[in-house]
Amino acid sequence: MFNYTLRRLLLAIPTLLFIALTIFLLLELSPGDPMSDMPLTIPPEVREQMRIALGLGEAWYIRFFKWLYLFSVVEPSHVLANLTGIQSLAIEGQRIISFQSRSPVADIIAQRLPQTLWVVGLSYIFGILLALPIGIYSAYKQYSWFDQAGTFISMVGFSLPTFFTGPLLILIFSIWLGWFPIIYDTTLVVDSWYDFALQLRQMAMPVFVLTLYNAAQITRFMRASMLDNMMQDYVRTARAKGMTERVTILVHVLRNSMIPVVTVIALGIPTVFTGAIITEQVFRVNGLGQLLIIAIYASDFPMVLTLSVVFAILIVLFNLIADILYAVLDPRIRYD
Amino acid sequence: MTDVGTIRPPRNQWWDVWDQFKTHRGAVIGSIVFLLICAFCFIGPFLWEYSATYIDIRSRNQGPSWAHPFGTDQLGRDIFARMMKGGQVSLAVGIAAMVLSVFLGALIGVLAGYFRRLDGPLMRLTDLFLALPLLPLLLVMSMLFRQKLSAMFGVETGMFLMIVTAIAITSWMRTARVVRGDVLALKEREYVLAARSIGTPNRRLITRHILPNVLSPVMVSATLMIATAIITESALSFLGMGFPPDFPTWGRLVSDGIDYLQQYPSRAMLPGVFISLVVLSVNYIGDGLRDALDPRIRGR
Amino acid sequence: MKRRIALSGAAAALALMPLAASADRGDSGHLNLIYWQAPSIMNVYLSGGTKEQEASSIVLEPLARYDAEGVLTPWLVDEIPTVENGGVSEDLMSITWRITPGLLWSDGTPLTSADVAFTAEYCMHPEGGCAQLRNFNDIESVEVVDDLTVTVHFTVPKPVPYGPFVSAASPIIQRAQFENCLGARAPECTEANFSPIGTGPFRVTDFRPNDVIQLEANPNFRDPMLPNFATVTLKGGGDAASAGRAVMETGEMDYAWNLQLAPDVIATMAQGGQGVPVSAFGTLVERIEMNLTDPSPSLAPEIRSTREAPHPILSDIRVREALSRAIDRELLVEIGYGTAGRPACNIVPNPPVFASEANDNCIPQDLDRARALLDEAGWVPGPDGIRVKDGVRLVMDYQSSTNAVRQDFQALIQQWWREIGVEANLRNVNASVFFGGDPGSPDTFQKFYADVEMYANNFTGTDPESYLGAWRCGLEPRPSTQWQGENINRFCDPEYDALHHELAQTAAIEDRGRIARQLNDILVQNFVVVPLVDRGRVDAHANSLGGVQLNVWDSGLWNIADWYRIQ
Repeated sequence: MFNYTLRRLLLAIPTLLFIALTIFLLLELSPGDPMSDMPLTIPPEVREQMRIALGLGEAWYIRFFKWLYLFSVVEPSHVLANLTGIQSLAIEGQRIISFQSRSPVADIIAQRLPQTLWVVGLSYIFGILLALPIGIYSAYKQYSWFDQAGTFISMVGFSLPTFFTGPLLILIFSIWLGWFPIIYDTTLVVDSWYDFALQLRQMAMPVFVLTLYNAAQITRFMRASMLDNMMQDYVRTARAKGMTERVTILVHVLRNSMIPVVTVIALGIPTVFTGAIITEQVFRVNGLGQLLIIAIYASDFPMVLTLSVVFAILIVLFNLIADILYAVLDPRIRYD
Repeated sequence: MTDVGTIRPPRNQWWDVWDQFKTHRGAVIGSIVFLLICAFCFIGPFLWEYSATYIDIRSRNQGPSWAHPFGTDQLGRDIFARMMKGGQVSLAVGIAAMVLSVFLGALIGVLAGYFRRLDGPLMRLTDLFLALPLLPLLLVMSMLFRQKLSAMFGVETGMFLMIVTAIAITSWMRTARVVRGDVLALKEREYVLAARSIGTPNRRLITRHILPNVLSPVMVSATLMIATAIITESALSFLGMGFPPDFPTWGRLVSDGIDYLQQYPSRAMLPGVFISLVVLSVNYIGDGLRDALDPRIRGR
Repeated sequence: MKRRIALSGAAAALALMPLAASADRGDSGHLNLIYWQAPSIMNVYLSGGTKEQEASSIVLEPLARYDAEGVLTPWLVDEIPTVENGGVSEDLMSITWRITPGLLWSDGTPLTSADVAFTAEYCMHPEGGCAQLRNFNDIESVEVVDDLTVTVHFTVPKPVPYGPFVSAASPIIQRAQFENCLGARAPECTEANFSPIGTGPFRVTDFRPNDVIQLEANPNFRDPMLPNFATVTLKGGGDAASAGRAVMETGEMDYAWNLQLAPDVIATMAQGGQGVPVSAFGTLVERIEMNLTDPSPSLAPEIRSTREAPHPILSDIRVREALSRAIDRELLVEIGYGTAGRPACNIVPNPPVFASEANDNCIPQDLDRARALLDEAGWVPGPDGIRVKDGVRLVMDYQSSTNAVRQDFQALIQQWWREIGVEANLRNVNASVFFGGDPGSPDTFQKFYADVEMYANNFTGTDPESYLGAWRCGLEPRPSTQWQGENINRFCDPEYDALHHELAQTAAIEDRGRIARQLNDILVQNFVVVPLVDRGRVDAHANSLGGVQLNVWDSGLWNIADWYRIQ
């Protein structure tokens, strides 16, 4: 297992290089332009000069290698410096600069991370915590009213787009009832119970929308997988041996049903990082999802590329973790 | 299934499946609802007098009436007709993208899980696709292929093909990973080992022993995919990368209706309800099918 | 207080009201602004976006700016230099500004002419990629005469020398802060770009790009009573609808910028009772541009949509006129913009001296006239109602950027055109592609691979000279210019060019007005550009917020120092 992990980690480096190159070329090919959201009153010659000032005048491979160097050497040194507080660790000089704000990409990402972790991360955890018991119980009592209601709610929750449920919740809870604010205040510092209550209130709607969405999918996979195992011979054997229902279901069936669920959960964790694009927009959480979509609209290539590659690193990492978990859950799975 | 000792004449396995399916109440209701919606969308327009794009500016923003059962929109177009027309596109996109994506996902998942040598390359490919940002990818696709596809198949079909492909190739990865995870475990099970020990060829082993056992995650993926595809399509139209603007789809009707949520709530709700109904009914059909195809349940 | 006297009577009365309402700086408390597009930088020289321009106008100020009526008003100077008062030289080659004595930057240092000269140097640096370079066109040098006097020398006579240092697009930045940020080093000065030191009523305390800006009253602001608010938060992001709701329905926010929403949606929000929408008209005109060249995909890429291939259908002025006559502009306004729109027959709708009155007959829809014109041009109705001539069907590819109102307009116009026997194939393109100008993309508005296209355009400031210059020969986008160029219609008329040349030489405002109107008439009466709607801007403010004067010529926040809380 250790060898396998090591091998996969080494293999991850060329994989990520290839992914980075692909994303870079994709952005290079795409027809957007950083000048597109400028007013039409700016004449073409000025636009061209602005483009050159952004560094877009150089050949693509030079820009790629520059970016690669900055991303793999300079930016980590700054992150390290900020984490440890030892500023001398940071490498001086050029950094990855966003086209929109002309400031280092890493700083903006660091600024956005807390909102996204609060809202998207929390709702993901809530989603998992809700989905597992509901999925297990729905499968155990298949076609009971609980199962039917769970199915109904999760399918409706999943099939309604968040760009619809978001404004609907705003209309009901902010405008008609006046319980929650429409606007998420990202500058709120929680240092008292009062602020904590404020934070809870402004988080309530986005977290609810996302929890519903996350829980809906995981429940479905959990339930289906449990059902598959519920009828297996080993379950009957376990029951015949006189094991309690609790042990049968929660130890035997659950462990064998976890593989697809682990896959889905592991695939979802990196998406926490990219944030929930639409939900963040609707509720103005202004986290990483909003950052990504604005950067895409504005063709802010350094920002899109950096975010996407960080995302890719997380994907590769969590897929590896999922693979390792498979072997833990089912010792028969061998990779070597 | 046919036992020599019983009096019952040998019968096709699919009759058993059908018999079991019929007893599943949710599946039957789901099928009926689904068929009704299909009839509404595909036969309805032939019976209904208004066209989805006809603008009657004098009767705009009307509430429900006999002439306009769902009312009219901000340009005086009949929402009933737009729902029918929109359903055609959304259903076609949803189902086509689902089939393509689930097929791709299941294929890659099974191959990666079953053949160890393919596992590495295929899963790295999956990682790559998971990491690709969707919007720039679509922009590039639309830049490269839109004109060619429109020239080859006409504007509508060309756009349809492009959207279905775009949605499918950006959404097969989860199915692939889920299926692969299951296959990794399944292929070490005793019955697979037994089948292999008597020399069952790989192809038969996969189709007979592996595939039926990964059916339930595939079914779940499929139902979730329909919803995802319909919604993704609406997001694309919303961003100007989907169908031409005179082409209603359910997703687009929802997004158009959101600004009017306060004045005319039904305008966004109705298409939303239809999307939910389709997803729910497909989900129940999937449940019924899965039960019906599982010999352990069918035996009871 | 000399500056106040320069203000027009009504504005001065309004501006003085807060003085009566509240006595001291900062006693109106906190002000919440919401911009559904979030500003990404506070330095307008590095971003030409409107949102950045508005945000930075809270902090940075120009020497002179346009007021809510579009009148040039002294801001950091005592009077506007003109030929009459000797501020502008007789040969129109230089302009001399005299800064009001005693003005301080927010860090307490004095504002001097060196800062003004430095601002020009900063923007004109060849490697800087300055977004406002157009304002600094034809400058030979900026001469520091003394501490408070600065003279701009031009290379050509400038009838309108109010480009540099005028309006929110061209504010003064502090030399001490930006000294090391010239040219290629501009992006390295994140701190300066996010929290510039300014002379304006507020200074930045926290800037989060594309999210939120927090500001506090500038302790060194020239008027010790102002600003009335102590702190300001400018929140960005989300969508226009919920921004409007936050102001007019829940009252969470005090001011919302640019509510691009259907009129009945805004009306419902206004019933919320917490705030009111306000609107004002500038020079933004939604229009249909006619392609005078052939966009057919069967042509070779070098000549497709270029002047070498005249348009087979639209080269006929009768067809162009018919397409324009078939449009009911009043209905378009009613559906799309309500009180924030007016039917437009001119591409220069404002200011009044430049607005032609010769084309007002475009407003009534005239389907019969349109049909007659098409008959006359030889297009006869075919079996499906679409007209045919020499076996060619009258089909128009009609593209626009993605936007709910534009798509409604497309659907309506498609129907009207069908009524006169013209088929329209609609297409909408993502705005970042459409306006992106990527020469590799077939979907940009410059490339114009369609017969007609619809978008909005305007000019900055109050003078349309450079805007009207776009339709001169040789400025059309074509392969040899990488598809860059402003003459989208590929219009070319030597008479027009000569007239525009005359405009560039004329200083008297009445004559400029006459020539500009003629230029406008040439374009509009040839139906090269078909104006649809004169679009105003709609903002909303809370009922408790006083002093708001919506300004579309400069920045909506131009007089934020005077805003106050109504008790």
